[in-house]
Amino acid sequence: MTEEIKNSNWRLRKGQIIAAKQMTATEKWFDIMLEDGDLDHEPGQFVQVELYGIGEAPISVCSSPTKRGSFELTVRAAGRLTKHMHSLGTGDWVGIRGPFGKPFPVKLMTGNDLLFVAGGLGIAPLRSLINYVMDNRREFGKVDILLGCKTPTDMLFGDEIAQWQKRLDVNFSCTVDRTAPDWKGNVGLITSLIPGVTINPEKTFGVVVGPPIMYKFVIAELLKKNLPERQIILSLERHMKCGMGKCGHCQIDHPKNYYCCKDGPTFTYEEVKESKKL
Amino acid sequence: MKTEDTRVNYHILKKDELDGFIKNLAKKMKVCAPVAKGHNNFAFEEVTSAADIALKYIPTILPPKKYFMPPREKMLDFDISGGKPKDAANLDAEKVALFGVHTCDLAGIQCLNMVFSERPRDYNYLRRKENIFIIGLECNDYCDQHASCALVGNHYPNGGYDLFFTDLGDRFIVHVGTQKGEELVESLAMAKASSADLSALDKVREHKKTAFKNEIGVEVKALPAIFAKGVESAVWKDVGSRCVSCGNCTNVCPTCYCFDMSDTINLDMKTGSRNRTWDSCQFETFAAVAGGENFREERSARQRHRYFRKFKYSVDKFYRSFCTGCGRCTRTCMAKINLKETLTALAAENK
Repeated sequence: MTEEIKNSNWRLRKGQIIAAKQMTATEKWFDIMLEDGDLDHEPGQFVQVELYGIGEAPISVCSSPTKRGSFELTVRAAGRLTKHMHSLGTGDWVGIRGPFGKPFPVKLMTGNDLLFVAGGLGIAPLRSLINYVMDNRREFGKVDILLGCKTPTDMLFGDEIAQWQKRLDVNFSCTVDRTAPDWKGNVGLITSLIPGVTINPEKTFGVVVGPPIMYKFVIAELLKKNLPERQIILSLERHMKCGMGKCGHCQIDHPKNYYCCKDGPTFTYEEVKESKKL
Repeated sequence: MKTEDTRVNYHILKKDELDGFIKNLAKKMKVCAPVAKGHNNFAFEEVTSAADIALKYIPTILPPKKYFMPPREKMLDFDISGGKPKDAANLDAEKVALFGVHTCDLAGIQCLNMVFSERPRDYNYLRRKENIFIIGLECNDYCDQHASCALVGNHYPNGGYDLFFTDLGDRFIVHVGTQKGEELVESLAMAKASSADLSALDKVREHKKTAFKNEIGVEVKALPAIFAKGVESAVWKDVGSRCVSCGNCTNVCPTCYCFDMSDTINLDMKTGSRNRTWDSCQFETFAAVAGGENFREERSARQRHRYFRKFKYSVDKFYRSFCTGCGRCTRTCMAKINLKETLTALAAENK
């Protein structure tokens, strides 16, 4: 059984940071190349990032699998490991396990309209799907992207967002909770953007990723638009420590006993609506 | 007239031969068995003779899970002295024979086996399991008032052993459960059990039918439905108000396997290891995430979670109760949270 142990999901693949950029005061972006080939993930999956001697944390992959050769992470300095990670830069090595988790149901979404709702750092996991859709644009119907952040300076992927705004095949709108002097866009909660979107409930998937507090209100708005519960896709946040449905940390208080790392992190609202907390 | 007893894989070990048996086994591998630690406490420890062993014991402080899933288990060694980190998986798995494992703990090991055999498999665990030889020991009577083994049917052996001993007074009757067990019995030329020995075993089992009674008075099969209805029960508030979140109940539980992963770096700041350590769902930060959200902030929610993992979730997922009835959580709780009382109160709400 020694070979199985060496090649198990505990094996750390070596990844080298090939580019890094401080995006906001709290978020840093990393482009990582694995020494032994592609990550080969799907949109919505996550990896465990190991900083040798410090530990490990689960981070969503924010790049699309259509981008080959390397993958990207956007890391908020929120915990012990992520704070350390902000001190890393180009040339530094990390350990990578994964990809883990159930991806967004891309096949089911094909041919349908898509409504993306991202709050704050929720744009990171959602970007893996948005960019996948952009790279396969003709496979999908109407695409709406709604983005909410605290202030204009908290906005992530500004360059890419500018591109999305220019595209004719994407409807993009953005709002901030608190405005700044040079901000010309919407001010208010992300829920305020939903009534303005035209939704065909028969062929639309709403994909919602954001902080736990956001889900309740956004889902209520989507249900008002008659979007069926099984067409509302969420990505839930928990502290996955193993990625294999064993360590117990990410189990959701739900009658179905879901492990966020294995049964999720993506779920339909129908699947998780009985959860104590989303 | 009674027909001849055809049960074949039973052997006899006289009590005065036990010392020779243990010493013989100890030549082959490390032998661990319950040892008295004073104040009615027992622990599985290495033994070298039968005199070290407490044949009559209440469940040990820690269950035998410590051999399958050590409290702290090194997963890999690493070296970061060069630019690119190097690491190597830890492949240690000592050969151990466990002697005197009660049926509740055999059930506990079976539960852990299911968890770690489920895909993706945990080969670190499975390799340890392969190297552990298990000798069970029957409880002819209750160990104490905290056990609830009859509720879950674990007062009788339900497999999970290589050999299984039942005390027949001056001798043990030994059931052979596996090929490995068969080989050991053959190598020691253990005598076959006679029909008299087998009827003595039947007598023990017959006595147990009346000595052990369902401690809660509710069928174990009814419990998942009772739990499903009892999510918002006041029982959890009461238990939560007493709990001090020490994590003792989960540490001593034979089927609690939640863990944490952590790195240790050596003083040279270049080498270190990654380790798996036991964790507890009772700790405040267990379900917390870095952003500040805590998905199980209240003690009552954490206690409820522990009970659900024994009687509801485990049944849904693995089709068996993960409470083995050993009673350890009740014995160890300093807030006097009592499993039998909790279940009785919860079941009473549904009457």
